[in-house]
Amino acid sequence: MEISELYADIIMDHQRNPRNYGTLEEKDVEVHTTNSSCGDEIFLEIKFDGDKISQIAFHGHGCAISKSSASIMTELVKGISKQKALELSKKFVEMVKIGKTQERELKDAVVFQGVSQYPLRTKCATLSWHALEEALKRTAV
Amino acid sequence: MNCLPKSDIRESFPILSTVFDDGKKLIYLDNAASTQKPRCVIERLKRFYESENANVSRGAHRLGNIATSEYETARDQIANFIGANPEEMIFTSGTTESINAIVYGWGEENVKKNDEIVVLVSEHHSNFIPWQQLAKRKEAFFKVVSVRRDGTLDLNEFKKAITNRTKVVAIAQVTNTFGVIHPIDEIVEIAHSKGAITVVDGAQSVPHILTNVKEMNADFLAFSGHKMLGPMGIGGLYISKKRIGEMRPFFFGGGMIDRVYNDRTKFANPPQKYEAGTPNVAGAIGLAEAVKFLKKVGMAEILDHERQLLEYSYHKLDGINGLALYGTRDLEKRVGVLSFNIEGVHPHDVATILDFQGVAIRSGHHCAQPFMRYLGIHYTARASFYFYNSVEDVDALTDAIKDVKERFS
Ligand SMILES: Cc1ncc(COP(=O)(O)O)c(C=O)c1O
Repeated sequence: MEISELYADIIMDHQRNPRNYGTLEEKDVEVHTTNSSCGDEIFLEIKFDGDKISQIAFHGHGCAISKSSASIMTELVKGISKQKALELSKKFVEMVKIGKTQERELKDAVVFQGVSQYPLRTKCATLSWHALEEALKRTAV
Repeated sequence: MNCLPKSDIRESFPILSTVFDDGKKLIYLDNAASTQKPRCVIERLKRFYESENANVSRGAHRLGNIATSEYETARDQIANFIGANPEEMIFTSGTTESINAIVYGWGEENVKKNDEIVVLVSEHHSNFIPWQQLAKRKEAFFKVVSVRRDGTLDLNEFKKAITNRTKVVAIAQVTNTFGVIHPIDEIVEIAHSKGAITVVDGAQSVPHILTNVKEMNADFLAFSGHKMLGPMGIGGLYISKKRIGEMRPFFFGGGMIDRVYNDRTKFANPPQKYEAGTPNVAGAIGLAEAVKFLKKVGMAEILDHERQLLEYSYHKLDGINGLALYGTRDLEKRVGVLSFNIEGVHPHDVATILDFQGVAIRSGHHCAQPFMRYLGIHYTARASFYFYNSVEDVDALTDAIKDVKERFS
């Protein structure tokens, strides 16, 4: 594996210009999740419209992998249902674990397949997804 | 045994010739976390397991006698290395266990309500949490003394923090974050002048600086074997004669007794009194071999070499835009630790990208979260040298740092 595969252009782009970065004025749930092994942390905020994630934002501090992964995650789940978001999350976590996926729905997030080769860094990629799961769990009906 | 061809020290360390699958050579710069092992230490362990292995002090057979005698010889040699008498040093699994041994063996007995326990904000969690928790149990005050932003200690500030109520001062002689050397003799003197006892965390000093507990005059000194060429899982705790009398056993079991009755136990004399259970015999013997190796290289030479590498690093890196180098610029107050941050780049990314080049460094909070918080930084990247590192290793490091900067700019 090359540096340019792990730090692919998409990842570098999202880490330089993270999407949905910041806070929401109105939110239904806020989650704070940390990666205790490295101290990275993310604050994730979501506003729902019925069952749909209508707005989502994150902030915190972390490495390029965790930041870009959070950025891509927010883009993926914005506008979809809780159920769908949970399914995506399972697929993402599975992909990072085994290092490959057939799931087209993961779109840009497939770029994190290679992280599986860096066991210490997989948590960076999944941090925001775990925050998402936590947020959805808290607002489960 | 062929311990040291001085001309090429690196050849004594088999792992240093590692070439990874992708053709990258190992550049090992994570010595503050753990050092590599010379061939003579590895072979000593092999010899122990091939021809000397038995439990100590118990069996009345030949191997048991050999193992016991080698174990106690190891104690003599390691105690001697830090200027202690053998009966003043107990074997532990490392610094963490040593400090916890002080807390449970001495602290539980002697620290009382409203006493003060003083540490520096820059302590490793191992020399921080055990005291913080002891203070909570005893309703004692846990005082965290600040250091300067460059990691050095202002002795006047320190003096002010020490009062007649101060019972314990627990300080690392060398910090693992920035490699700053504290004036330990003065610290001990100030603490003693107020009647406090002194605990020195020697995890980062014993491997790099000639240590003499008698000159230092500390009450306790803790260290880890794996940070000084020895095996993992072995370390030591020096306990001064005065303090050893104030301790009580904190682990109970085999090997630490004189007589056991149904209703009471008469304990063995120290050091056995504080070494319950089967000890890490191979580890102790391996560490003794490591100490021999260090003596042959020479502790003054080791520190000198590290300083040269540090100076060379500064020469190559100082003034690079967006590169923060932490720790005092007075390199005479430093061992070979280089903590840094590249603006806009998370140190984990720095470490991963350096790893692509075969350069092994560490990133994170270095088990010193209170210090990182105090400085207002979350983490640093840290390269740490030992005497087997070369100028070429520093070149590889500095080239890789420049590469990271380019990729992320
Ligand atoms: C200053 C300091 N104290 C304590 C420790 C803990 O040592 P060990 O993990 O070997 O018990 C370390 C190791 O990183 C250290 O650097």
